[in-house]
Amino acid sequence: MSAPVLEVRNLSVHYRIARAGGGQALLRAVEDVSFSVRRGQTLGIVGESGSGKSSIARALLRLVPAAGGTAQFRGADLLALEGAALQQARRHVQMIFQDPLASLDPRMTVEDIIAEPLRVFARELNTAQRRSAVLAMMERVGLAAEHLTRFPHEFSGGQAQRIGIARALILKPDLVVCDEPLSALDVSIKSQISNLLKDLQRELGLTLLFISHDLAAVRFSCDDVLVLYLGRVMELAPRDVLFATPRHPYTRALLDAVPVPDPAAARARRAALLRGELPSPLAPPSGCVFRTRCPVAEPRCAALSPEARRIGDTEVACHLAAG
Amino acid sequence: MAVPARPALLEVRDLAIEYRTPDGVVRAVRGVDLDVREREFVGIVGESGSGKSQLLLALLGLTSPGAVVSGSIRYGSEELVGAPAAVLNRIRGNRISMVFQDPMTALNPYLAIGTQLTEVLRLHRGFTRAAALARAAELLDAVQITEARRRLRQYPHELSGGMRQRVMIAMALACEPQILLADEPTTALDVTVQAQILELLRELRGRTGTAVVLVTHDLGIVAELADRIAVMYAGRIVEEAPVDTLFAASLHPYTDALKRSIPRIDLALPERMASIPGNPPNPARLPTGCAFAPRCGHRIERCTSELPPLREIAPAHRKACCRDDLPAGPGAPA
Repeated sequence: MSAPVLEVRNLSVHYRIARAGGGQALLRAVEDVSFSVRRGQTLGIVGESGSGKSSIARALLRLVPAAGGTAQFRGADLLALEGAALQQARRHVQMIFQDPLASLDPRMTVEDIIAEPLRVFARELNTAQRRSAVLAMMERVGLAAEHLTRFPHEFSGGQAQRIGIARALILKPDLVVCDEPLSALDVSIKSQISNLLKDLQRELGLTLLFISHDLAAVRFSCDDVLVLYLGRVMELAPRDVLFATPRHPYTRALLDAVPVPDPAAARARRAALLRGELPSPLAPPSGCVFRTRCPVAEPRCAALSPEARRIGDTEVACHLAAG
Repeated sequence: MAVPARPALLEVRDLAIEYRTPDGVVRAVRGVDLDVREREFVGIVGESGSGKSQLLLALLGLTSPGAVVSGSIRYGSEELVGAPAAVLNRIRGNRISMVFQDPMTALNPYLAIGTQLTEVLRLHRGFTRAAALARAAELLDAVQITEARRRLRQYPHELSGGMRQRVMIAMALACEPQILLADEPTTALDVTVQAQILELLRELRGRTGTAVVLVTHDLGIVAELADRIAVMYAGRIVEEAPVDTLFAASLHPYTDALKRSIPRIDLALPERMASIPGNPPNPARLPTGCAFAPRCGHRIERCTSELPPLREIAPAHRKACCRDDLPAGPGAPA
């Protein structure tokens, strides 16, 4: 088992929100989240909107401050770095965004976009060296050399995502954070990009944090899966374990809610539906935050917040999870 | 599977929608024939740019002003293509209604839910304000919104995304329409809420007998709900069949490739995802012949020169493909 590239302990992210009618409220978007990502592996972070999954990404990229916790990365706490040390660390953490077209500068050519990280972090390279690095990366992600001088609007969504991937990988980062990298793409393109990310991971030994609401995509792309609800970890398990024996009632509900493209199976399945919707993160339920929608909640779930427990290879935060 | 002999409520024939743009003529929909029968649930599946949403908008005369619509859409004795606004206004929201993808942009943020829900009833049915409010409360009950009376006084921003989509559905059902059109009604929702809304659509349709036409990019959604599915690619229907036939014995290489490129949680995990090479064509520069040919693993010479018509190849099963010799089911080399 390889060493962790990133080790996050007790990460919390809070936002101060102006209340209607004056005053402030504290929104606990991420609360006491711990996980690690091993070299060459992919950790999936799954959750619905408001689960805090993007806040985790933003905190690791230092785009929002963490309210607490540590993130060990390359021998230092990523969350505590300042100044030049932070600038240097950014070189090693890159991001692939959800909306490929919105994340590419419309006035830059493909060459400028992919070369920009090199211009910032690899100043020793001359123009010719930069171009050859860009061309090599373009070939790797399936872009043709003739695309070098084109602009983002000339590309389809799938092609644009390839440009975003090339930009993220050109510095050979230690960690790539992918925030819903497939969500904006069409079905036939999603599978192309899923395969590409897997191939690139194998070739370049990439370590990925894969944030998604799509369980089927996570199953294909990830080695381990973390399930978030209202900013708290519900379950963390190796992929095959999580999909075969989900321990948390929320994980089971998520799996049940995925539409199955097979009419006979769909009719036979008729999932038990979760009641209601996500409670306001400004006023999370007492005890277990999932209890208001949980089909098996008991009185103690309202009284006591469940600690993460280990059952086999699974970490689960539920009073009722059985071994 | 036997063809239901119910009469068609809506008959679409040779429908085309074109836009003149600086890039040239964009042919968003081409030569579409489609029937919607009483009490039937029709799923229209396609990727972005396939023309599926344009087709749905055209059914209610809602395409944008630049669109050139030709062909025919018969609803009872009315022709809807080129129909005057007065005719369309009598039908819209009344006999045929629509649920949009994003309830936040489809609802008016300045008006209370009650005002928006009663508008159709007062307009189409001549209800008094009090009677319309009473009916609106019943409608919210029907879409399983609790405390209906209080909700009627609330504004869209006070409701969650799932609740807003329930309001949209209540509004669409207010006048007991014959046909409900739904454009990606759950795409903006979380997966657990999507499951609730799909269950609601299934239940309402069983209870009210409204025919439904649902447009989606997600084959999983129509597998659960639809009786019949039409698959669109580059503005045309390329295959149409009863839902079980389409999933068990699809005959079009695109349908087949689409089915196989969906990641599944209920099957063994593949080493690689099956995928469709290349990209969908630019609708302003469609290739001659079959638009899917450049990406098709079964392409022969004819495919690039001939536009295959949508033909019946088995009862209730239509396909537009030059390869009549292909066996049903999986087989396309990726």
